[in-house]
Amino acid sequence: MANLEIRDLNQSFPRDDGSTLTVLDHVSFDVKDKEFVCILGASGCGKTTLLRLIAGLDTARSGSIILDGEEITGTSPKVGFVFQEYSLFPWRTVIDNIAFGLEMRGVSKEDRYMVAEWYLDLINLTQFKDSYPSELSGGMRQRVAVARALTLDPVLLLMDEPFGALDAQTRNMLQKELLQIWEKTKKMIVFITHSVDEAVYLSDRIIVMTPRPGRICRNFTVDLPRPRDRTSVEFAQVRRDVLDLINQNSSVQ
Amino acid sequence: MGRLAGKDGKDWRLGAVAVLLALVIWQFIAAVIIRYPFILPAPTDVFAAFVSLVQGGDIFLDFEASLIHFAIGMVLALLVGIPIGIIMGWNRRIESFMDPLIELLRPIPPLAWIPFAIIWFGLTSFSAGFIIFAGAVFPIIINTYSGFRGVPRVFVEAGKMLGCTKDRDLIRYIAFPAALPSVASGIRIATGVGWMCLVAAELFGVSNYGLGQKLWFYYSLHQMDSVVVYMILLGLIGLVFDMVFRYYVDRHFLKWRTGEVA
Repeated sequence: MANLEIRDLNQSFPRDDGSTLTVLDHVSFDVKDKEFVCILGASGCGKTTLLRLIAGLDTARSGSIILDGEEITGTSPKVGFVFQEYSLFPWRTVIDNIAFGLEMRGVSKEDRYMVAEWYLDLINLTQFKDSYPSELSGGMRQRVAVARALTLDPVLLLMDEPFGALDAQTRNMLQKELLQIWEKTKKMIVFITHSVDEAVYLSDRIIVMTPRPGRICRNFTVDLPRPRDRTSVEFAQVRRDVLDLINQNSSVQ
Repeated sequence: MGRLAGKDGKDWRLGAVAVLLALVIWQFIAAVIIRYPFILPAPTDVFAAFVSLVQGGDIFLDFEASLIHFAIGMVLALLVGIPIGIIMGWNRRIESFMDPLIELLRPIPPLAWIPFAIIWFGLTSFSAGFIIFAGAVFPIIINTYSGFRGVPRVFVEAGKMLGCTKDRDLIRYIAFPAALPSVASGIRIATGVGWMCLVAAELFGVSNYGLGQKLWFYYSLHQMDSVVVYMILLGLIGLVFDMVFRYYVDRHFLKWRTGEVA
């Protein structure tokens, strides 16, 4: 049973005028095995900073991040990351992008293609196997990015507003697909978004963050059954509750 | 237009007409107005000179000698320029260390190295190669370096998340392919500069053969029609190098860029 424990995480950056900017202030939370958690907050609240710390791409000023009993001190194959902007390697075909992690591990071409093809099938892009990223639409690129992050079979998948740049329809479709992938692979997912709708649609639990400095103001369990219907009364009710919570917090400041 | 138009929409027939027209005007001016081949040999004179040079056979040896000089210079420039560009683009401290030195050496015209080339390497092919190297190495360094500088951070981080963590692997699998378009355009510029240095590199007598060497040799004999033959050959070969880049390198190594604006 894998789990993620974040304890008392602080992050700050020096400012040009000599003062320090506190970005994360005593952030603590847990994510359970196979749990889908959304971190919801306005831009500039430190969500991405938090995610980069969990990924091991940056180092926190203080606090600890423990995944599966081990402290995170740098990037690890146990953690997959889907970036906000397009991060596929444009010089590699779709299949070679997906197989990249396995290639770095020294897996033979035949074996890594076999695994990559399984993930290609999972994201329904088998016919684009030999295409270059520049030939794909934005939505397809992010699907490939998800597949690429999954091939090393990470314990935890981190997603930094991966559908932020897509149009609403594509976005809804990818959310649905992501849930299907999650059902099949049962990864622990930490997903960052500023969209209340997206958070309510996707997650088991929503962690709401307030900005400057970034703090966790509330954990919000969403126990609507899946597949969720965006137009249902229950869905609207949860969305309203989350929005109220955010509004309360922003009016206090 | 239609099927005779190239991929870029240009009609090659118009270009051919321009070349033919230029030949006709040149012939007219040379044969009718000037009538003095030493000042301006006519295309027909040039063609006759070309035929006799080919029959003499030396022209092939000249071609070979020039290619050797050029290859020495280019191979050296690649071997030196690409690694320097890579380490400068990858490491800020090395960049700060090397940059002033390179900026001081770079504006020295390649031909200004000729005296030292002769003193250091004597009248050898290597001397000529060194001049070509001096012209070609800087565009390669600068473009490789700026290509590496411009590698998007997200590619490096995506690589790290997928287990590509060592500097050597990050350079090989992420930074180099990402920088390749810039490296390739550096090599293309270097090829052009290097080729232009060839004539001067050969004129101080490093060998008995060479396209540049013969150009000067026939000038000293006042055989200006042969001089024009070598001029045209130099131009055509330079053009071929450029075409190789444009069609072969771009299509085979950089085909992933099709459809991208960048």
